[in-house]
Amino acid sequence: MTDNDVIIEIKNLKTRLGGTWVHKDINLSVRRGEVLGIVGGSGTGKTTLLREMLCLTRPTAGSIKVFGQEVTTASPQTLLAIQRRWGVLFQSNALFSSLTVLENVMFPLREHTSLDLASIQELAILKIQMAGLPVDSALKYPAELSGGMQKRAGLARAIVLDPELIFLDEPTAGLDPNTAAGLDELILNLQSTMGLTIVMVTHDIDSLWTVTNRVAFLGQGVVLCADKMNVLVNNPNPIIHEFFSGPRGRAAEGSHQHGTS
Amino acid sequence: MTEHSTIHFDPNNRQLKCRGDLNLANLPSLQTMLAKISWPGSGEITIDGEAVTKMDSAGAWLILELQNSLEKTGLTIHLQHFSAESASLLDIVKKKLGEKTSLPAMTKPNFLATVGINTIAQLREFQTYLAFIGKLTFEALRIALKPAHWRWKSLAGALYSTGYQGLPIIALLSFLIGVVLTYQMGLQLRNYGANIYIVDLLGLSVLREFAPLITAIMVSGRTGSAFTASIGMMKLNQEIDALDTLGVTPAELLLLPRIIGLFIALPLLTMWSDIFGIVGGMVMSNNMLGITWYDFINRFPHVIPLRSFIIGIGKAPVFALIIATIGCFEGIQVKNSADSVGQNTTRSVVLAIFFIIVADAVFSVIFSKMKL
Repeated sequence: MTDNDVIIEIKNLKTRLGGTWVHKDINLSVRRGEVLGIVGGSGTGKTTLLREMLCLTRPTAGSIKVFGQEVTTASPQTLLAIQRRWGVLFQSNALFSSLTVLENVMFPLREHTSLDLASIQELAILKIQMAGLPVDSALKYPAELSGGMQKRAGLARAIVLDPELIFLDEPTAGLDPNTAAGLDELILNLQSTMGLTIVMVTHDIDSLWTVTNRVAFLGQGVVLCADKMNVLVNNPNPIIHEFFSGPRGRAAEGSHQHGTS
Repeated sequence: MTEHSTIHFDPNNRQLKCRGDLNLANLPSLQTMLAKISWPGSGEITIDGEAVTKMDSAGAWLILELQNSLEKTGLTIHLQHFSAESASLLDIVKKKLGEKTSLPAMTKPNFLATVGINTIAQLREFQTYLAFIGKLTFEALRIALKPAHWRWKSLAGALYSTGYQGLPIIALLSFLIGVVLTYQMGLQLRNYGANIYIVDLLGLSVLREFAPLITAIMVSGRTGSAFTASIGMMKLNQEIDALDTLGVTPAELLLLPRIIGLFIALPLLTMWSDIFGIVGGMVMSNNMLGITWYDFINRFPHVIPLRSFIIGIGKAPVFALIIATIGCFEGIQVKNSADSVGQNTTRSVVLAIFFIIVADAVFSVIFSKMKL
């Protein structure tokens, strides 16, 4: 594994929020082309970790390197260059409610490229289609779309700049199982066609099984284990064991093994 | 990177050579290069991707758009030597472009239609406003009979934020209005040596018109907008729906305490404004017109009837109802987006001030008919 293959490298990360240590010592690396899931119980700092990678929250100590650049101390210029290479899908989609879906997807292109309007619109429509949305929903406002369609619109905006890396925060939360499975499939599809590296925070054990190559389990302020899903479920650590041994964890594992065998 | 990515057309081999990164960052420069190429009228052209180092979906889109537009002019296009990854990406983008249906056309209504649409929208809104008032009245009557449902705490909160917290700014503004009025009127009165009549003019104008109007306008900016924004955010956050499902009507907990609170607070604020308006006038009369504090206070009760004060204060509850109901109504009307909170807050303030001034004009007509 050469340095070039590591896209994100987190070393000795510590975070103190509201008087408690959320992260005591996080070490984690993300390799190019992999889908890394981040899981953990509520309040273990998954979303905080994601926000720190995105430079939205500053960690108390430690280093986070994205594309080989330290983001915790990056100048605005370096950060801008990095931001152009990643895409983010937020938990609540964060679509601009005053813009139509098409305008939402066109927005990053308008800000970051010098293309003419017609090309921008064509590219945006292409991405909307790649995200699996029908073209006639492009002129609708986010509030007029269903939850699953909003997720797809958010995903279209996240991939519109052809990023190398995308962050997904709970992509399947609040979706019905069919829509969630469709979204999982879409994420895999995009990952393979566009050669993306994906970091996803999720609670959905089904999508952990189907989408991820590797899963990092957060607990007690550290990464308890970062490995393939089938290794992780057999980890003897009581916290991990409890997480996956609930009825839903068992069911997801069962259906996955049944489906693949 | 841009130097390395080029598209070059070789007319002899009829070959378009792509070199370097075909990606979004280089797209504008590649598009200008393509625009400069003069294409032959007919025959075959091959697009060669051997030297392409990297291609993303924007690059694939560029190649396919080129292929489509050239094929329309009667050329035959072949793609060759693209790497397996690029080829699969090209396939996927091609499939998506093939599915593409054009965007539904947006029709823009003409001027007359716009006027019509707006008129109907305004009338509808007025209708919903009336329905809202009806519902509130009904709720108020229902709750009036059940003292257990009276929300003293919410009422106290509304009084505190609409009344008490507004005292300083209203005092300051009223004082300044008093000063400005006295200055302007004093300049005229001084020409006739009628300095002492400033007491009559100032007393009547402040008590009857300025204090109620200035206070109401200030409060609609301060409180009406706050009502709309906070209720609107609660609406977006589904807090209003949550209350409804918990068997507590939003009117009982959120709307009526605010409306009743302002109904009580605005007359009191108007009285407060009366005091500071007159004090401002007194200070200015003392300095500019040489009317002593004693003269001013001595003349005041002789020339200003109690009626003026009561008329001024009497308008305040009406203004309060206008501000509070419009503020709450616009808050409840918030839909879907953060933008609509902003729009409705603006509407709430504009409509409240508009109707305050209309109501004031109506009052003037009524009072003059009644010879008050």
